This record gives sequence, structure tokens and C-alpha cells, in this order.
Amino acid sequence: MNSQWEAVIGLEIHTQLSTKSKIFSGAATAYGAEPNTQACAVDLGLPGVLPVLNKDAVRRAVTFGLAIDAEIAPHSVFARKNYFYPDLPKGYQISQFELPIVGNGHLDIEVDGETKRIGITRAHLEEDAGKSLHEDFHGLTGIDLNRAGTPLLEIVSEPDMRSAKEAVAYMRKLHELVRYLEICDGNMQEGSFRCDANVSVRPKGQKEFGTRAEIKNINSFKFVEKAINHEIERQIDVIEGGGKVVQETRLYDANKDETRSMRSKEEANDYRYFPDPDLLPVLIEDSLKDEVRATLPELPDAKKQRFIDQYALDNESATTLTSSRELADFYETVVKASGGEAKLASNWLTGDVLGALNKAGLEISDCPVNAGRLAGLIKRIADNTISGKTAKQVFDKLWNGSDSADEIIEKEGLVQITDTGAIEAIVDKVITANPVPVEQYRAGKDKALMALVGQIMKETQGKANPGEVNKMLIAKLKN
Amino acid sequence: MSLTANDVKKIAHLARLGIAEQDVEHYAKDLSSVLELMTQMGRLNTAGVTPMAHPLDQMQRLREDAVTETDQRDHFQTIAPQTEAGLYLVPKVID
Repeated sequence: MNSQWEAVIGLEIHTQLSTKSKIFSGAATAYGAEPNTQACAVDLGLPGVLPVLNKDAVRRAVTFGLAIDAEIAPHSVFARKNYFYPDLPKGYQISQFELPIVGNGHLDIEVDGETKRIGITRAHLEEDAGKSLHEDFHGLTGIDLNRAGTPLLEIVSEPDMRSAKEAVAYMRKLHELVRYLEICDGNMQEGSFRCDANVSVRPKGQKEFGTRAEIKNINSFKFVEKAINHEIERQIDVIEGGGKVVQETRLYDANKDETRSMRSKEEANDYRYFPDPDLLPVLIEDSLKDEVRATLPELPDAKKQRFIDQYALDNESATTLTSSRELADFYETVVKASGGEAKLASNWLTGDVLGALNKAGLEISDCPVNAGRLAGLIKRIADNTISGKTAKQVFDKLWNGSDSADEIIEKEGLVQITDTGAIEAIVDKVITANPVPVEQYRAGKDKALMALVGQIMKETQGKANPGEVNKMLIAKLKN
Repeated sequence: MSLTANDVKKIAHLARLGIAEQDVEHYAKDLSSVLELMTQMGRLNTAGVTPMAHPLDQMQRLREDAVTETDQRDHFQTIAPQTEAGLYLVPKVID
């Protein structure tokens, strides 16, 4: 970005709350059902129906509020947001306007080693709309109302972010948090976690905000960064070209990597909110807050700090290991089962295990090597039964089979040679058989040593400890 | 506060109400007098009165999170003008 300009970014994130039933009806929320089989009379907005609020949706909102250190409104109100669209059968969305359930809170993000606090203005409960399918139904649009009425918590940030990178860090952090709290499954492909970005630019040093554009429905971390960067560039171009940024809604097109204006509706912002007469004010008693607070899990930041303190991990490893609750739990199980090998467990998890999962496109919960089997391997590295190199072979076998590490080591005869006499014999043999590199090494060519170590490792089928071999070899060559 | 003919047309459009051109002035006058009544009420001293969001002074009852509805799609779709593959069909809208 041109350094004369500064971007100002705020995000609105819609999280689908993972309740079994809808926010105002007893219809199921399960994803992927046949169209309209989970849309009841309330969701369809048939005459005479009344919404009844789901207790767990409220509870999840309170959980989130407490986790971001926010004010929980003792008294909050549902309002009607009026607009017409076929996937909104009532002609209004039940949302919150004044008096949202969650007030001022914050979330700390880390970008390039610096911690930055991002304000969260509010989070409010609302119902999701249905889905419009524009594929060809003889020139008509198909409407599936299964999603209508699914509870959403819309989380609105302050315009505190100054780069696409910060916006992505915030979005990731929020994603991690709602999954830790188990209030949202975070599945972005299924639309459980969706992001709109408000972006404006201003000359550096200027206090007032520039005119903002809203980019709608960006559904992956990668696209958020690209879409925001694109929009920042576009706005700078407009201003530097002597034009003015117009306040509008833009849609990001991932295929073309550009944002484009959505057909502007002049009344788009005229939603005529008013309190929904079908719903009474929601009172959140202190007892509910206390109850929820007592069940809050250890939050990501606290867990990360504990990992650093308790397991002596570096910041980067601790960040990776606490990026999801499942991974953190897996790590702690391995540490415990391996008798406290915190460092080895961290290296293996952040390295080989995550690498293999990534390659296979799997999540930690689907890892073919469970925590107990991985701990079995780590124990054998720690007690020098196998070398680090052999361990990688064993890991491949753990990944592709069902044997334990000990079974594999025994079957394959992989036990590290710890008998110094046996290694010494091989070292001597290799020195005698390879006069050329021996001479080269003695003449000061250190690289020649590698060839000799390689030979020895080959002779021992990788079962010698390379460090030991190195030491022994150097000692012998210097004589 | 009084409404102009244009205000009336805009409100009618937002609410998707069809109104006849010759009635616009009449609506403007009627709606303006409703607003006038609001203005009158607004003059009352309500210092110290907490605004109400609902005329009933009660709190919202909450229901347990349980699926209680069964699939009644076929029944609901008997009143739909057009359906296909389980979907309700409506005139094309692209936004």
C-alpha cells in the first residue's frame, strides 16, 4: 500500500450458534437436510405463529460476552428489521438494534510479534434468513428455508484494524474463540462463520474516517485478506484519480480477485427498526451469568500462556498448539502419557504430525495416530531406544498401520545400537574402507566427514546415534 | 412534522403497498396528523421514566433447546403457487 494512506477496517462477523433447534422455533438446524424439511410454520412466517426464544441461544451469547470481557445487558430487546426478499418470508428479520445482549468487549490479536487490542462494539442475537438458489428453475428462483431462523450472533468490531493482515488475525482469533467456547462449529464452507468488512482509507495522520464501503460475505481467511487489500487499492486509486469513494455495498469476486458494486438499493439502509411486539424484553439475571462463568473453558490466551510457563514452550509453538482446543488437548494427553516429554511432544506435533495431517487434509480429531500411540513413540526417542531418524520411519508405520511404536520397533529390529563396542567396530571398518575422504578430512576438508558418517549410518541401518557416531569418528580421525 | 407526497410514496414503496396517485395527498394529511399526535405526546415531561420496549411489564419466557417440529413440507407446500425439488419457486431475484 502507498505509505501516504492508512486503511481503517471494521468487521461484522456472523456466527451460527450451534443449537439443536432454531432461535424462535422447534425446527432442527442440522446442515444439509433436504430443502424445506426443517422449515416449520414459524420459520415460514405463516399467519398466527409466535416466536419463542431458545434458552441455549441466549446462553451461548452470554458465554461469548463473558469470554470477551464484555458488558452483558441485564435487559435486552428484540427488534424487527424490515426488508423484502424472498428468503425472508415474514418481511422482517428478528434482530436486535438498541439494547443488544452483548455490549462493549475486546479481543487481543498478535501481528508480527506485537499484541494489539481490538474493540468489540456489540454482539447481538438474530435469526438467519433462508437460501436463494439462482440456478435455472425455468427462469425462477428456488427458495430453501431450512436455514431461516437459525440463531446467529452478529459480532461487530470497532474500526480498530489498520491492515488486511490485522483483519485476518482478528477473524482467526474470533474463529478460534467461538470454537473453544463451543458456541459455533466454525465451519466456513457451510457458512457457520461469515464475515462482512467495512473498509475506508484516509491520509496518514488524518483523524476523521474516510467514506467506507462494505464488502459482503467473505467466507475464507484467504479471501478476507485479498478482498480487503483489493478494496484498499481501489479506494486509493479512486481518490488519487480525483474521485470520491461512495458509501456502498460491494461483493468480492474470488475468481476475478476484485470487488464490485452490488446493485444499489436506495432504501437499503432504511430498515425501519422497531421493537418486536411478539417478544418481551430478555432479562439476564446475575445467576445465569455466574452459572455460565463457572462453565467457561480455559480461553486460548490463558492456555497459551500456561503452555509457555508450564511446558517451557516458545511463543510460536504455544500459539500453534493452542490454535484449537482439540489440538491443545491432544498435546497435553501426549505430554502426560509420555511421562512429561513436553519439548519432544511439541516438536513432533507442530512438525511431523501437523505436516502429515495437512498433507492428508485431515483435522487433529481424525489423526490416524492417536495421542497414546504418539506418546509411545516419543517415549522411545526420549529413552534413546531409537534415533530421531528411525523415529520418522516408525511414525510412517504408526500413521499407516495399527501397531504400537514398541511393536514396530521390535518387528523391524530398529532398536538403536547403544553398544559402543559394536559402533566402534563399524567406525573402524568404514575408516579403513574409505581412505580418500579420510585423507581429505585430515587435510582440513570438514565436508568429507559427512560422507563417512553417511557410510556408518548405512552400515548400522540408521540404528546408531548420529551424534555419537560423529564424536567417535572425529576422535578417531584426530589420532 | 408533516409528510410530503414524496415521503408517502417512499414509505409505501418500502412497505410494498400499492397506493393510487389520487390518494397520496389524503394519506400525507392523515399520516401527518398521526405524527402531530406523537409530537404532542413528546412534549410531556418523561424525565425519570424508563422507556418501555413492550406494553407488558414482563420478561421473555425461554424454551429449552429441543427439536419439537417434524417435517411437514408437503403439507405446507400445498398452498405454494409453485414448487420444484422441494424448493419454493419465486420470480427471479438477483442481488
